[in-house]
Amino acid sequence: MHRDSDRNKLFGRRTAMLIGGKFFLLSTLTARLYYLQVVESDKYKTLAFENRINFRLLAPPRGRITDRAGRPLAYNQQNYRVLLVSENTESVEGTLNALEQIIDLGEKDRKRILRDVKRNRSFVPVTVRENLDWSQVSRIEVNTPDLPGVMIDVGESRYYPYAGEFAHVLGYVAPVSQKELTGDPLLELPGFRIGKAGIEKVHDLALRGAGGNSQVEVNAYGRVIRELERNEGLPGSEVRLTLDLELQRFAAEKISEHSASVVVMDIHSGEILTLMSSPSFDPNNFNQGLSNKQWNDLVSNPRSPLINKSIGGQYSPGSTFKMIVALAALERGVITPDSKFFCSGKMELGNATFHCWKKHGHGTLNCSDAITQSCDVFFYEIAKRIGVQRIAEMARRFGLGDALGIDLAGEHGGLIPSNKWKQETIGSSWQKGETVILGIGQGYILVTPLQLAVMTAQLVNGGIKLKPHLTKRLLSPDGAEDAVNAVAGESLNVSSANMKLVRDAMARVVNDPRGTTFRSRIKEADMMMGGKTGTVQVRRISKAERETGVLKNSELEWKDRDHALFVGFAPVDNPRYAISVVVEHGGGGSSVAAPIARDVLYEAQRLNILSTVSSPIEDADLNKKDGVENAKHA
Amino acid sequence: MPSMLDVRYGEPSLTLWQKFWRINWLFVIILCITASVGFAMLYSAADGNIDPWASRQMARFGFGLVLMTCIAMVDIRFWLRYAYFIYSAAMVLLIAVEIAGTIGMGAQRWIDLGIVTVQPSELMKIALVIALARYFHGARLEDVHSPLHLIAPLILVLLPAGLVMRQPDLGTALMLVLGSGAIFFAAGVRMWKFGVVLAVAISSLPIGWQFLRDYQKQRVLTFLNPENDPLGSGYHIIQSKIALGSGGVFGKGFMQGTQSHLSFLPEMQTDFIFTMLAEEFGIVGALMLLGLYSIILIYGIFFSLSCRNQFGRLVAIGMTATFFLYVFINIAMVTGLIPVVGVPLPLISYGGTAMLTLMIGFGMLMGVYVHRDMLIGRRSSEIDA
Repeated sequence: MHRDSDRNKLFGRRTAMLIGGKFFLLSTLTARLYYLQVVESDKYKTLAFENRINFRLLAPPRGRITDRAGRPLAYNQQNYRVLLVSENTESVEGTLNALEQIIDLGEKDRKRILRDVKRNRSFVPVTVRENLDWSQVSRIEVNTPDLPGVMIDVGESRYYPYAGEFAHVLGYVAPVSQKELTGDPLLELPGFRIGKAGIEKVHDLALRGAGGNSQVEVNAYGRVIRELERNEGLPGSEVRLTLDLELQRFAAEKISEHSASVVVMDIHSGEILTLMSSPSFDPNNFNQGLSNKQWNDLVSNPRSPLINKSIGGQYSPGSTFKMIVALAALERGVITPDSKFFCSGKMELGNATFHCWKKHGHGTLNCSDAITQSCDVFFYEIAKRIGVQRIAEMARRFGLGDALGIDLAGEHGGLIPSNKWKQETIGSSWQKGETVILGIGQGYILVTPLQLAVMTAQLVNGGIKLKPHLTKRLLSPDGAEDAVNAVAGESLNVSSANMKLVRDAMARVVNDPRGTTFRSRIKEADMMMGGKTGTVQVRRISKAERETGVLKNSELEWKDRDHALFVGFAPVDNPRYAISVVVEHGGGGSSVAAPIARDVLYEAQRLNILSTVSSPIEDADLNKKDGVENAKHA
Repeated sequence: MPSMLDVRYGEPSLTLWQKFWRINWLFVIILCITASVGFAMLYSAADGNIDPWASRQMARFGFGLVLMTCIAMVDIRFWLRYAYFIYSAAMVLLIAVEIAGTIGMGAQRWIDLGIVTVQPSELMKIALVIALARYFHGARLEDVHSPLHLIAPLILVLLPAGLVMRQPDLGTALMLVLGSGAIFFAAGVRMWKFGVVLAVAISSLPIGWQFLRDYQKQRVLTFLNPENDPLGSGYHIIQSKIALGSGGVFGKGFMQGTQSHLSFLPEMQTDFIFTMLAEEFGIVGALMLLGLYSIILIYGIFFSLSCRNQFGRLVAIGMTATFFLYVFINIAMVTGLIPVVGVPLPLISYGGTAMLTLMIGFGMLMGVYVHRDMLIGRRSSEIDA
């Protein structure tokens, strides 16, 4: 009893201590909660936010590329693809079997799909097949009840409706490579494509636009629960080109059988209306990724479809260079318009003989006749007298020998040889004979078809320096407009009388019965063209062959045939269009290149592309009737 | 002599009706309020659905409430009399899971009886309290002070604790040992003995480490540095702290807890439900729940102190201590104060076994209060038996 009351007292004390201990422990919990939820709360709020919010970048739609009239040349096409969400299927295999009834799935596809399904979480869609056609899409849609887990997704892919006809100008887009990463997070988006060549590359930033973003709430497994915020970004700008859709297509059709280039431009503004290189390639294939075979075919093709011959091909200009030589001689006073030379069919220099294309010679002719009939001996004679330096100087003045800075990658500068150049690169001094053949645009000299077109335009626009360009303006979706190229307008300082002489002679080349390409004239009086042919030997004609008779082009291998060239303008009385046509190994300039130029120039005028005068240049010296009248007199 | 004492102290049994009105109904209401907080949290955990958790929890609680009331009205001498028998039965079951238990969660804990699964370690929490209460009820204070007399109750504790540890269930073993410690303490065991036990326990920690399973070692290591393995075993603690901390003072609102609802928080309906509550209701809500728990604790102590027999007092101390350990270990765990040991939050966490243990425990606690005026002699149990 006594003991038990001790026990009871002790019990009371101990119980008090126990409860004290418990409340002490409870207050440590309270302190801990205070620390976590009050003191450190902000830190954990941030962590919680990061836990659940994902920022997703939205790729802006790429800007369109259009022709001068706004007709689309490159745009984004909806790309239908089938996706498979494995958690919605009863069995992935079963769904694939059912899908096999509609689209072909190879063993390889199946393996890839099953691998992707395994790698990803079950709610992540796996791509089964891209680029479905409409009938496949509709068949899948109709059969959805039998295809659990299958969904159709619409993406955007770049589409070039005219495929090869604009490939060299537009270029193509392809996935970003490691070394193209600039830190722009857009580039790191899977599936994002950037311009790899052509206008797509030159104006890539403008076409790309600004990326948007979307804030999504995700759960611990990364599944998107909902979208919290969305900023669409800015779609890419429209790039409007100077090209004319119809003329380009027309030119493409004309040279589709050849390895060739056609360049048409506005002689006043420098706007390129047509820039066609053939053969071409389909840029749509690059977008989807080329197969090894496709790539090898493109690379090993001797006609080099990947090269834009208009700006990257370099050729000896041949007789199309004679206007420059003539101007060099006239400007320097080495000859006068009336100076005459006798052509016997060949010219001796030292122990070398230089032949005229006309075996028995042209007889006596002045400068104008020499251009009209393309007499080689006349130009040998004057080249010999003026020397390489002055010819080179005049060539450079007309834009030959250096890249013109067109807004396209891959432009070559050509080559205007000189004594200094030869010393430096070949290591021997310039020979007089080399000046002689430079007089007919042969030898070391190289020019691009674009340079030929610009040269021609400058010959007939009153001697105003041009900057050739393809971009008319950039039209941002927010309304901002950016005209890219202004007219250069600098004078070439060539006497207009001399220019007129050359221009009249070019008119006669086509329209005078004695002209080299009378058969390819335009007969409509207000559309007539002027021009100059060129035929460039790509092989050396041996003495033996010359004696037994020079082989005709049709008797030669394709790669040994002559290049056919033509430069021209129209209409003769008030020129607006300049053209250069180069057909690699095409044969004669007059028989192959000139008819193409005639058709294209005729088409350009028929389409009336430059209906309104876009240039302020009015050249009083160019008497509108002269060219035609001269042609008629001759 | 003893028999005379017993006769003198013997009390006539109360009628059922009298017992019913001696139940502390205010305490029952507090329990109901706390359980309702649990229902609300389970409703939120299921994204605003009463299924699958809240509805079943309500049914269990309802059943538990009836069971609790029945137990509260069972004559306390019944428990005294059958204390060792109940303990033995629980021991047999515990050994049975060791031998034939099914494997669940990587630890052997259940006996599948077909209709229900029984977790003997949970039953042992009750049985051990009764057994120890009976032992100390029958012991004089001199006995309690003599080390020799402490051997038997120590065996009573260490036998089941060892078995539970082997399962391995660190949390339950800890609760058995600490809950028993409270009874030893209240019974009057000398303070220095606790000091000795503590010293021995700490010095044997390195040895004990050897006996831990790999995942238990991992939990301890993770507790020491959760950022070490943020996506692996540290994940639970880190995510729980983020959820708690981001809840702030007033919380994100009912059903607005981002971390728990977006599945960042694992097992939010069971062991981590406190985290969800603290995320949705902030520290204000968390402290209000702690307040409810404190009221229950104070009631437990009050029941204990108002009881006039040593057995009832010790049962009340043991049950209260067990309940407190549930609360403390769970909250300390989810707030990162102690390693993750897998102890549910009483009355709130989803789960049948813990609810059953708790309601039986509360039943006994209330029974102590119902029979508070009953005087039971030290040796009466033996004589009555």
